[in-house]
Amino acid sequence: MITVLFFAQLRETLGCEQLELEASNILTVAQLQSQLQTRGENWQKALGDERVLVAVNQSMAKPDTPVGDGDEVALFPPVTGG
Amino acid sequence: MVDRIEVTPRDFSLAGEYAALLAHASDAGGIVLFVGRVRPDDADNPVVALELEHYPAMTEQALHQLVAEARKRWTLEAVTVWHRVGRIAVGEQIVLVAVAAGHRDEAYQASRFLIDKLKTTAPFWKKEHRADGTCGWVEAKASDGRAASGWD
Repeated sequence: MITVLFFAQLRETLGCEQLELEASNILTVAQLQSQLQTRGENWQKALGDERVLVAVNQSMAKPDTPVGDGDEVALFPPVTGG
Repeated sequence: MVDRIEVTPRDFSLAGEYAALLAHASDAGGIVLFVGRVRPDDADNPVVALELEHYPAMTEQALHQLVAEARKRWTLEAVTVWHRVGRIAVGEQIVLVAVAAGHRDEAYQASRFLIDKLKTTAPFWKKEHRADGTCGWVEAKASDGRAASGWD
């Protein structure tokens, strides 16, 4: 399984903090995002935003970053700390 | 060479952190302390507090990585990055970036690099609570993006 986490306004928009995905059909960050977008209009819109950032196992990732069983993937909006 | 990274709801004592920094940088000739605070922003409907959310598993690691990058660019004696999370009232301190180096130039540059990069790469998010009871997430600023990419 892949653990997916959502933060800040993405978490609020989707009404979801964490979910588990079957890893068998997912090889990359882009594929994971596409699969999540099929969950509804809300998901399609929120995750289709090109500003959404992705971290795989706590390191910033790109669309072609590999994802597999046991990984933790976090999706979040642009950061605003400091 | 000692780096201190703190991500915590607790506030920091500037005097205390300065003393702690000096304890690991006895030969430093230049020290820059940057403090970021919660500002009211809009006089008509001021911010009363910020809520700082973060990604606990990743935050400290991201800050350590930034400090490591700064150390590749400049010779630094000691570095402290303290970032608060949770609810922080207007006027309170949010973040401290303290850099001790041999001379002022390294200290100023590394300090600016660290806060610029922190703002665009460390997983923190701010929600503003306003005087009229409304709240909303702070949008990332294009100017912050430009400041950070200026170092690339």
